[in-house]
Amino acid sequence: MSTSAPALATPEMIARYEPVIGLEVHAQLATATKIFCGCPTSFGAPPNSNVCPVCLGLPGALPVLNRVAVDLAVKAGLALNCTIRVRSRFARKNYFYPDLPKGYQISQYDEPFAEHGWVDIVVAGEPRRIGVTRVHMEDDAGKSIHEGFRDSDLYSYVDLNRSGTPLIEIVSEPDMRSSQEAYAYMTEVKQVLEFLEVSSCDMEKGHLRCDANVSVRLKGAEKLGTKAEVKNLNSFRFMKEALDYEIARQVALIESGGRVEQETRLYDPDLGETVGMRSKESAHDYRYFPEPDLMPLAIDEDRLGELRASLPELPSRLRARFVAEYGLREYDAEVLTQSRATSAYFETAARISGDPKTTANWVMGDLMGALKADGKEIGQSPVGAGHLGELVKLIGAGALSGKLAKQIFPKMYATGDAPAAIVEREGLAQISDTGALEKVIDDVLAANPKQVEQYRGGKTTVINFLVGQVMKQTRGQANVGVVTELLKTKLG
Amino acid sequence: MDLDIASLTIGKIRHALDTRAASATELAGEALRFAQAENPKTGAYLHFSPERALAAARRVDEKIARGEDPGELAGVPVAVKDVIVTKGLRTTCGSKMLADYVPPYDATAIERIERAGALILGKTNCDEFAMGSSTENSAFGPVRNPRAPDRVPGGSSGGSAAAVAQGTAVVALGSDTGGSIRQPASFCGVVGVTPTYGRVSRYGLTAFASSLDHIGPFARSVRDAAALLGTMAGRDPRDATSAAAPVPDYTSQLNRKVEGLKLGLPPEYLKELKGESGDVFFQGVEVLKKLGCEVREVAMPHTDYAIATYYIIATAEASSNLARYDGVRYTFRSQHSSTLAEMYRATRGEGFGAECKRRIMLGTYVLSAGYYDAYYLKAQKVRALVARDFAQAFNQVDAIVAPVSPFPAFRLGEKIDDPLAMYLSDIFTITGSLAGVPCMSVPCGTTAEGLPVGLQILTRHFDETTMFRIADAFENA
Ligand SMILES: [Zn+2]
Repeated sequence: MSTSAPALATPEMIARYEPVIGLEVHAQLATATKIFCGCPTSFGAPPNSNVCPVCLGLPGALPVLNRVAVDLAVKAGLALNCTIRVRSRFARKNYFYPDLPKGYQISQYDEPFAEHGWVDIVVAGEPRRIGVTRVHMEDDAGKSIHEGFRDSDLYSYVDLNRSGTPLIEIVSEPDMRSSQEAYAYMTEVKQVLEFLEVSSCDMEKGHLRCDANVSVRLKGAEKLGTKAEVKNLNSFRFMKEALDYEIARQVALIESGGRVEQETRLYDPDLGETVGMRSKESAHDYRYFPEPDLMPLAIDEDRLGELRASLPELPSRLRARFVAEYGLREYDAEVLTQSRATSAYFETAARISGDPKTTANWVMGDLMGALKADGKEIGQSPVGAGHLGELVKLIGAGALSGKLAKQIFPKMYATGDAPAAIVEREGLAQISDTGALEKVIDDVLAANPKQVEQYRGGKTTVINFLVGQVMKQTRGQANVGVVTELLKTKLG
Repeated sequence: MDLDIASLTIGKIRHALDTRAASATELAGEALRFAQAENPKTGAYLHFSPERALAAARRVDEKIARGEDPGELAGVPVAVKDVIVTKGLRTTCGSKMLADYVPPYDATAIERIERAGALILGKTNCDEFAMGSSTENSAFGPVRNPRAPDRVPGGSSGGSAAAVAQGTAVVALGSDTGGSIRQPASFCGVVGVTPTYGRVSRYGLTAFASSLDHIGPFARSVRDAAALLGTMAGRDPRDATSAAAPVPDYTSQLNRKVEGLKLGLPPEYLKELKGESGDVFFQGVEVLKKLGCEVREVAMPHTDYAIATYYIIATAEASSNLARYDGVRYTFRSQHSSTLAEMYRATRGEGFGAECKRRIMLGTYVLSAGYYDAYYLKAQKVRALVARDFAQAFNQVDAIVAPVSPFPAFRLGEKIDDPLAMYLSDIFTITGSLAGVPCMSVPCGTTAEGLPVGLQILTRHFDETTMFRIADAFENA
């Protein structure tokens, strides 16, 4: 069924339809070892080296559930507002694939550990609540490698290092009505998982993957349209592109009198299209049945209580608090709660500076800019939160001008030194000493009689030129406020 | 060395070692020589492991020389069913699929018996992936019953039962899913024990039907079977279904009176029991009465559904457990394929025997969308009812006695073309498997032709002690 791409619907056509989207998000749990054996989950080891009889699926090997994986999964369930089952069960999902060594995945089916949750999002100022149907645990398969070998035209290679990596799958209700909502939902889910430190959510390493169920219906229609499952949405951008493409494809199909087929489609980021898989590949009967090698998973009230108590402040709460407590703008609060590391950095810096708003500007501006240019995460920032706080504090105390601070910051970034140490070393302290400044001001006034005349003639804006001249003479170290006052007095 | 290899017991071996009448190394050598010489008569062993046995024997001798305890199974020659994985030692599961498979690890039971000083002589033949009741489903040829060479040894653990009966092993490990230890024990006239589900770790037992699979011992005496079970039993962190229940010292509980014990006889079983096997069984029951046991009828109303239930659950699990034999990694791979789908089909088509394929198809069917509730789910409900039958019976009696098989060992080839008749031969052993209770076969007598008949004893979960006690008294009566 590899027909050429169909014509897509026009925006006017699309506007008459309502997309209905549900997402299945797979997140790798941040455990040191695999879900059913003791092998490390570390990334980048030589192929087939992080393996043992269990994750190789050798005859006679048996799974033993990793308690840490359960704790992380339950935390995610709680943070997604789910009800946690006291007793849940693992089930085998049977299918053949070369990188699936047991011939089945150990997953959860009719008794997942978490159900009936939700995620709140805001899109275009509108709050929306997206239902979370269920969260379940499962083991990941290995990796098939189809290219890069001498005989890749004949054979595929299998690396089982990833086999048995713990995953949670978060299944949403079909509650999203646009790709923007899906984007916002995914963003929120990612943030929550990162905040909990349940998953690193590193999409490049495949730690966060997403499939979408998409259908469209005429606006106002009750009945849901036939859905297609779109797989391989492995970045935020791809997800949005794929959803927009799929919506336009389905609308065009219906508008031209066709029918949407229930099928699995793959997003091809190179083509920017979703492509139907052969129906044989997607028509799976997984023959789920309870996993006889594992006892039912029991999560008692005590343990649940402990896990609940261990949850950190989640992004939505944190955002609200940043606005209320620090007077930040909504947008700034959102940026500063992007990750647990960012919010922690900001709060530490703000506490030291005593000026949250200025601190917020520094974190979002100079710091994030420098980190981005450098390809670093905030956790790897050479400028510690304490040092940034001190810098802002020096500005507030009048010891540094904003301009000087801007000169000092790159030096802090380059050396990791405290701002005071750089100021000291480079003799950059701001001149607030009126005695020292008066001499410079007198020289400037003497050198610019024309401007002095203009000021006295009523054109007071010319004072900015004179301030500028003073700043130039002092290499930017003069305190602008003090200079302005002195000039006014002298010109008075 | 002045010992009759074919009639050794764990006790005799210990005595010989303690009195320096023989070293473990001498024992290993003699036992290997004898087993290799005698094996062609039955084909009980598929392959031998002389280096491993001799190395283990040397370790035992060194311990003795240092004055250390050499372990409960010191110097005891053991045969191991070829579905239990052994590090560096081929483990074929009686299948072409694994004809060349050498596992990189030892099963927990293997680790434990070797730590106790056992000498593993080799691996024994069995029905392919333990599926069968005659050992005729092995890809490597059948096993002959040592008591009647034209007859089957039973199955699926036929090789282990035959080795012990033949004297080429003192004790052996088998596996039991629906009767695969008890039935061959009965056919070969040895003791065979299926312990409580969870008593012995399944780690390293190639899975047939995970919720029903057990590892258990074969021996020529109840005492030896009890001793072997004792070394293997107990919680294993590598098997989530293994039980933490404490393991009593089984052998210290033997030689006790059984007078006054209440034994249940389920009428539902007896109606199926005809002919000579029935006669021998009832003679056995009389012996138990003479020992002072109080025998009464106990109802097991769901017995009739046991076979259907078992073949649904066991095949469902098997269809999933056998999916890993796909030609991708360590298994046989068909050369008659050029695509992935073809490789799967050809590998599994050529690699599995008829019975495996039959069960994979059955199991795949009962788990299919639309059939799951009618078959698998319903079977699980019936399984719970069968287990309840036992629970209720054990409110009234200390143990249940039952026949093991409706008939004694049949002729090679007699039932191989009639799978249903073969399945029905499991009728008395399957209920105990479904309930997960301990059960065993102890020799009861022989038919006029001299074919052995076993008596089955079943007790409460984790009460192997009472089971052994009754079997021991019966054996010595
Ligand atoms: Zn592993």
